[in-house]
Amino acid sequence: MTRNSPLKATDLSVGYGDTAIIKNVNLEIAAGQITALVGPNGCGKSTLLKTFARILKPMTGHVTLQGQPITAYPTRDVATRLAILPQGPVAPEGLTVTELVAQGRFPHQTLFRQWSPGDREAVERAMHLTDLEDFANRPVHSLSGGQRQRCWLAMVLAQDTPLLLLDEPTTFLDLKVQVDLMALLSRIVHEDGRTMVLVLHELNLAAAFADRIVMMRDGEIVAEGSGSEVICPDELRAVFDLRSDVIADPETGRPVCLPRTPDHVARQALAAAAE
Amino acid sequence: MNATRTIFAATGFWLCLGGVVLAFLWHISVGAKAIPLVTVWQAITAPQDGVFDHVVVRDLRMPRAIFAISVGAALSVAGALMQGVTRNPLAEPGILGLMAGATFAVIIGIGWFGLAGTAYVPLFAAIGALIGAVLVWTIASAAPGGATPLTLILSGAAVGGFLYAIESAAILLNEDTFRNFRVWLSGSLAGRDMATYLWALPWFIAGMIAALVIARQVTALAMGEETAAGLGVDTFKIKVIALGTVVVLTAAAISVAGPLGFVGLVIPHVVRLFVGSDYRLIVPFSAIVGAGYVTLVDIAARVVLAPIEISTGIVTTMLGAPLFIWLVRAKL
Repeated sequence: MTRNSPLKATDLSVGYGDTAIIKNVNLEIAAGQITALVGPNGCGKSTLLKTFARILKPMTGHVTLQGQPITAYPTRDVATRLAILPQGPVAPEGLTVTELVAQGRFPHQTLFRQWSPGDREAVERAMHLTDLEDFANRPVHSLSGGQRQRCWLAMVLAQDTPLLLLDEPTTFLDLKVQVDLMALLSRIVHEDGRTMVLVLHELNLAAAFADRIVMMRDGEIVAEGSGSEVICPDELRAVFDLRSDVIADPETGRPVCLPRTPDHVARQALAAAAE
Repeated sequence: MNATRTIFAATGFWLCLGGVVLAFLWHISVGAKAIPLVTVWQAITAPQDGVFDHVVVRDLRMPRAIFAISVGAALSVAGALMQGVTRNPLAEPGILGLMAGATFAVIIGIGWFGLAGTAYVPLFAAIGALIGAVLVWTIASAAPGGATPLTLILSGAAVGGFLYAIESAAILLNEDTFRNFRVWLSGSLAGRDMATYLWALPWFIAGMIAALVIARQVTALAMGEETAAGLGVDTFKIKVIALGTVVVLTAAAISVAGPLGFVGLVIPHVVRLFVGSDYRLIVPFSAIVGAGYVTLVDIAARVVLAPIEISTGIVTTMLGAPLFIWLVRAKL
């Protein structure tokens, strides 16, 4: 894994002005897996994702994409290797689902070679994977939140890149839709052999679907490993200031975090004292 | 774009182009003495020396129709690019200070410093448009909340009003020099000569080509800067090119017709209703529809109160203002 990591951050510090939001991060993304970046608001996980995609420039350190410094690639070449879905994207009014998904072909086209059978195939495949065929000619605006998120996902899938970076793809979606979307992402990664980095808010979604979890706090990586390695009460307390119990999902064995309120903790302490 | 859509778009494009040709011929045929369309057509395709109507058509009336077409296309495309790149439905050269800056620069440069010579007009207009745009954007950015559509409009109104006041003062102080600018200042296609137009022509052409070349990137930018960057668009480069293109197109239009308000706002919105959100379609259709629109408006300006002629800019403003108000209510 170390040798073949398609995306790597080395001594990376990123910030705005003089303030560093990410400090000295070293991270190797594992090929063919889902890596979830988790951490409290403002911990720098989105900033890290954007720096991975070259949307932000690092203050120090560098990002390596498929063995070469990411700055060495022309902008368009980066976009054929790595696709990013920013947080909460908004489609221009009137854009249809097919038109949006077709935008994903942008880096594969030039001014004079605008639309090829390969482009059409990639768009159709992406729409099939995300189950959007029935909405093909509907305006993106008229769809529900979950359907819209699938459209954007289809767009980055149509980009046909080995690497996918998604910034909070499940935010504002119903629980059922979140789970469906995560299952879809998991399928895409493990069946298509792609590599995915996700910023996730929802810890239990990360625990249930990610192969690796990277926990961040104050711009630094605090813990890194499989779900069962990093999701434990001590880590959660250190990273999120969250008191919790962690149990294993009886079916999958994956960790499930049960948040505890101060009341609950006090009651536990009382019960322990009574014994 | 799939095949059906391409055919649809192509058909629509040729229909609109046919409409523009008709409007162009009609524009020429209307006037103090009506000239039949057939004669207009002959005058253009097979002119004969000594036929009085042919001379009227070619030397007196056709230039103005050509101005109308060029100015309408340029302003509409400029507005479309601005709306796409800034994702601001209310962006257009008039509202965001480019026209005010260009007009101001032309008045001061040509009239005040006496830099006569029509070759300078587009250059002055371009410098003024750029300064106007930067000024409006800087002021809006300094406002609490930054450069939002609302602060940009307010800042545009303030800059426009300020520059207009200085223009008015300059004109009052030097009435003789500025006699010719009076009409031009309200946006008019009357009284401009072909020489001015020919100096502006390369600017029109360059602006149009640049707009068509970056149309694909503008579509991506309209989906948000980060999305565009993720798709492989060099967002900074495209924004700089787009600004340059808008400045060049505005400068060319101002040189020929003075400020024609709201054309760049109205046309792209109308076009979007029919062709959707792809700037590869929006740009050429805006050019065609805008050309037809200004030509028709200019016919109205000459006909409605004939023999008195209203400034074309007054008509475009009267037609555009209601849409502007509607957009503010619907989109802000």
